[in-house]
Amino acid sequence: MNGRLAARLAAMPLSGRIGFALVLFWLVVAVAGPLTAPHPVGKFVDEEVFSPASAQHWLGSDYLGRDVLSRLMWGARYTVLLALGAAALAVATGTSIALFAAIRGGLVDEVISRAMDTLISIPSKIFALVLVAAFGSSLALLMLIAAFTYIPGNYRIARALAVNLVGMDFVQVARARGEGAIHIAWREVLPNMIHPLLADMGLRFVFIVLLLSGLSFLGLGVQPPHADLGSLVRENISGLPQGASAILSPALAIATLTVGANLLIDALKGGGEA
Amino acid sequence: MAAPAANAPVWLGLTRVVLQRIASALLTLLLVSIVIFAAASLLPGDAAQEVLGQSATPEQVAALRHEMGLDQPAVTRYLDWLAALLGGDPGRSYIADMQVTELIGARLVNSLSLAGITALVSVALALTIGIVSAINRGSKLDRALNIVTLSLVALPEFLIATVFVLLFSVKLVWLPSIAMVSPEATWSEMLRSMALPVACLTFVVSAQMARLTRAAVADQLDRPYVEMARLKGVTFRRIILFHVLPNAAGPVLNAIALSLSYLMGGALIIETIFSFPGLASLMVNAVTSRDMPLLQACAMIFCAAYLALILIADIVAILANPRLRS
Amino acid sequence: MIGQTSPAVEVSGLNIALDLPDGSSRAIVDNVSFAIPKGEVLALIGESGSGKTTIALAMMGYSRFGATISADRIRIGDMQIDALGERALGKVRGSRVAYIAQSAAAAFNPSRTIISQVIEPLIVHGLASRKEAREKAIGLFSALALPSPETIGDRYVHQVSGGQLQRLMAAMALITDPELIILDEPTTALDVTTQVEVLKTFKQAIVASGATAIYVSHDLAVVAQVADQIVVLKDGRMVEQGKAGDLLRSPQSDYTHSLIAAARPVNRAAAPDEAEALLTVEAVHAGYGRVRDGRAAIPVISDVSLALGKGCSLGIIGESGSGKSTLARVIGGLLPASAGAIRLGGELLAPGLAGRSREQLRQIQLVFQNADTALNPMQTVRDAIARPLAFYHGIRGAAADARVAELLDVIQLQPSLAERRTSELSGGQKQRVNLARALAAEPRVLLCDEVTSALDTVVGAAILDLIDALRRQMGIATIFISHDISTVRAFCDEMLVLYSGRVVETCSKAAFSTPVHHPYTELLIDSVPALDPGWLAMLGERHAPAIADTPADEALCPFLARCPVAIAGTCDSQPPSLRETAGMRLLCHAVQPQLASEALNQ
Repeated sequence: MNGRLAARLAAMPLSGRIGFALVLFWLVVAVAGPLTAPHPVGKFVDEEVFSPASAQHWLGSDYLGRDVLSRLMWGARYTVLLALGAAALAVATGTSIALFAAIRGGLVDEVISRAMDTLISIPSKIFALVLVAAFGSSLALLMLIAAFTYIPGNYRIARALAVNLVGMDFVQVARARGEGAIHIAWREVLPNMIHPLLADMGLRFVFIVLLLSGLSFLGLGVQPPHADLGSLVRENISGLPQGASAILSPALAIATLTVGANLLIDALKGGGEA
Repeated sequence: MAAPAANAPVWLGLTRVVLQRIASALLTLLLVSIVIFAAASLLPGDAAQEVLGQSATPEQVAALRHEMGLDQPAVTRYLDWLAALLGGDPGRSYIADMQVTELIGARLVNSLSLAGITALVSVALALTIGIVSAINRGSKLDRALNIVTLSLVALPEFLIATVFVLLFSVKLVWLPSIAMVSPEATWSEMLRSMALPVACLTFVVSAQMARLTRAAVADQLDRPYVEMARLKGVTFRRIILFHVLPNAAGPVLNAIALSLSYLMGGALIIETIFSFPGLASLMVNAVTSRDMPLLQACAMIFCAAYLALILIADIVAILANPRLRS
Repeated sequence: MIGQTSPAVEVSGLNIALDLPDGSSRAIVDNVSFAIPKGEVLALIGESGSGKTTIALAMMGYSRFGATISADRIRIGDMQIDALGERALGKVRGSRVAYIAQSAAAAFNPSRTIISQVIEPLIVHGLASRKEAREKAIGLFSALALPSPETIGDRYVHQVSGGQLQRLMAAMALITDPELIILDEPTTALDVTTQVEVLKTFKQAIVASGATAIYVSHDLAVVAQVADQIVVLKDGRMVEQGKAGDLLRSPQSDYTHSLIAAARPVNRAAAPDEAEALLTVEAVHAGYGRVRDGRAAIPVISDVSLALGKGCSLGIIGESGSGKSTLARVIGGLLPASAGAIRLGGELLAPGLAGRSREQLRQIQLVFQNADTALNPMQTVRDAIARPLAFYHGIRGAAADARVAELLDVIQLQPSLAERRTSELSGGQKQRVNLARALAAEPRVLLCDEVTSALDTVVGAAILDLIDALRRQMGIATIFISHDISTVRAFCDEMLVLYSGRVVETCSKAAFSTPVHHPYTELLIDSVPALDPGWLAMLGERHAPAIADTPADEALCPFLARCPVAIAGTCDSQPPSLRETAGMRLLCHAVQPQLASEALNQ
């Protein structure tokens, strides 16, 4: 398994390897970051606000004189884990519904697909805003809202894949053998969808990171005392005229995470047909 | 084996197909209105309580509930809301003590002009990048553009906005960082104040649009009819203009419509950052203040705009494609 | 100037290599040389991967996937193709060398009118004005026997049938009076009855134009009709080259021998007659969409009846769209019949899968047409074969492994293949695994749906031999579904002909050789090219034009519009009557099966 991963990496274009490194870096930061953060996340450690990078504070201090690097490490955890959870949830749910619809077919499929078409015609950020207004924005709710917002998109892709596979002769053979729906979904159809589904999950992850940090930036996402990367940008917005590190670092952190994920997914898909 | 198509039935059939698409879009919009109404006014706590605050007496709350019609069954409330909406009255704001239409009025125009200018710029830019990329497939240029657009679609809007403000307002002091759009402003003032929001949105939208355009054109380039044209000695220029573009038109239009819908998401952040008095920033305020009638109205406008875009792309694609036409 | 005796096309030492991503390169065409005298047709024949299309395209200096062409010489007339640059080649392509592709449906641009593409070579090479070009195109349309030549060009691809499109593409190639025409499997995608017509028109058109031609095909019998010379290719190398007649009569290489043998299936012994019926289909209707009164909204098969005896083989034959695969799906329960009955061993089967017991499902096994899609690419060979063992017989673990090994032996595959993913197998290996999976269920009835149509001729012939041997050995009643009447004739005890979803003829092996058949069956028999260069010429004008629609009235004979012996006043007003004698049932007014029994008695 490791050998295959290494071979895959070696075969990738440079952009893919950079992407892999960036994603890996942020995953490590999300898991281990808070343990290695130089300062407690909420502690005022600098007399100056918006101070530039220095030996004590590698990324400077924020609008209250807190250590930006430490806050960034904590923020990355919220951003990465929330988005990862939401993306996994969205893909698991969307794909399960898609498999059900594709294998059942007929009226069941039509009704589900129509419902999903309705949801997908509400632009995702608009939809998320309505849901946040309605339900609020605790961490668990944010994850559910982000997942729910991207279920229809995953459903559409998974259903297209599944319908295609269900029409294939090997599924017809399994049905003619008398296999049940569960066997067909789990053994015949799903294994053939795994790669595109993983790519889709990667894309959903990127969308969700952008959605959640956008919401936090608007003050509608992760609420204090918690802070994800988007919240960090928001709370330091007054440092913009100085070009403070406190506002640029978290914004760049998000960008390196999402760009890295995008580069990796693109390379795994075969890097286009070039 | 199809029979040769006479003229009259083609037009008849075409009208039928177009009407079908319109009807389908309207049905979707109706379903969307149910979802939005349900999400915004059925599930959450009590709006009357919300408006009056914690100190209100139960009697006051009950009175307001009655006044707002909250004691009616959900279906009745939905139908009332829908009927009013169709009559052009989305209700009264909980917070601003104004009709929602008044709040929306001028801001809708602002947002439309922001979206319109952005659309013009980004369509031109994206089509150029997408087509150039596709016809130079596999070249250094194509690979470079791939990496650039791939990275741009993944950038958070506020990063782009922050960098632009730092660059053009703070360092170079060319453009204002706050977009003041007042009725008295001259055209040049208008344009200057909209320059940064438009630039940011263009970045967000055109990267995605260029990628989708490239994919649509590249897909056509792989078709056997392109190889056939090459084997007929047709020049590359003519292959692109005469053969590929007419076939790519449908998918490209679809790509444009889809990407323009990104505008709405982008506008939420960009309008807020630049304090642009548009619909998106109004919607963000509505969420913050949980002003449900205003929120519902804004959401419906965005959804209607999105569906209209997709519908137009769809219909133009039908008109452009002889197979769909018949 | 080129001398009188010098050939019109001369190729020597042609090599084509594909650059691989790791920097190395792989030869796909290796040292090919040939020459074609002016006005003659050279056929390049071979199976998939033989390099035949690659060689043909190299005549235009064109290669796919960026493969590199190098040659001592590629000369067409006074042009040295291998010495020309891309710009000069652009001037040659479509003007002096023209190409006809396998699938006209894909090679025409769907959003431009056909005529605008047909005249395009004249326009882009500046050889004629638009008006002249149009006139010339219309002239070619009528020369190529296209209906309404004045207006057919104004249609789009989706409005024209496959056979017509192929002729329209020929017009596009001929319009510049090229010196060399390349025909790349131009009739392969067509039904057999259409193929004959198109082949005939092509042959006439090439002769009339005086052009030299290269005809690429996998089908020796087709090639026999058009070629003066044949080059046999295998894996990018020339195996044999010679005059068409000589090569077909006395092939020198083993490979050519095997190609010819595969094209001529040997007749197999018929089953001992009057075996007890195992599977019967009685007046079955089926189709798609809403079912009302036992008829589907889009009916595909109507009133189909058949009986399959124990251990016997039945061939079902028909063209694309005749409903033959649908019939297999209906018998297998995948598509529930809307009316009628299916019985297995006297037991009535439910129309849909859900109503059938596992034991009933086990007894009927399907082998699908395309082995590439019939096997789950994520499974290993063992997974694929072991599943029915566990599902039907509860065999698992070591016992299953042993049985899988046994089955692999039966289908003549190495036991080591068990661990391979099915996606790593060759087409022939896949089809064998596909068969093994069906055999693992130990069925009483095997439904083989076009099992060889996706395979190369020689590989396909081996699969058919294997199925035939195994079904006899294991006593499995088998239904072969095919578009190829000669296969059915060789392998089946009985034959059933479907046309437009209706059975127009059923006949026994013995009755098949009599001269009396349904007019459609006769058309099918006549349309199969023989391995004889004179066949097409001999065929003469016996053919009815294959361009017509089915009658509006469902009750009437479905073949009416194409029938050469239809009786006016009878066939177009009364439903066809069923005529039955020993060994034969016909649905026809015009043909008297009594004659058949008389012929049989002689």
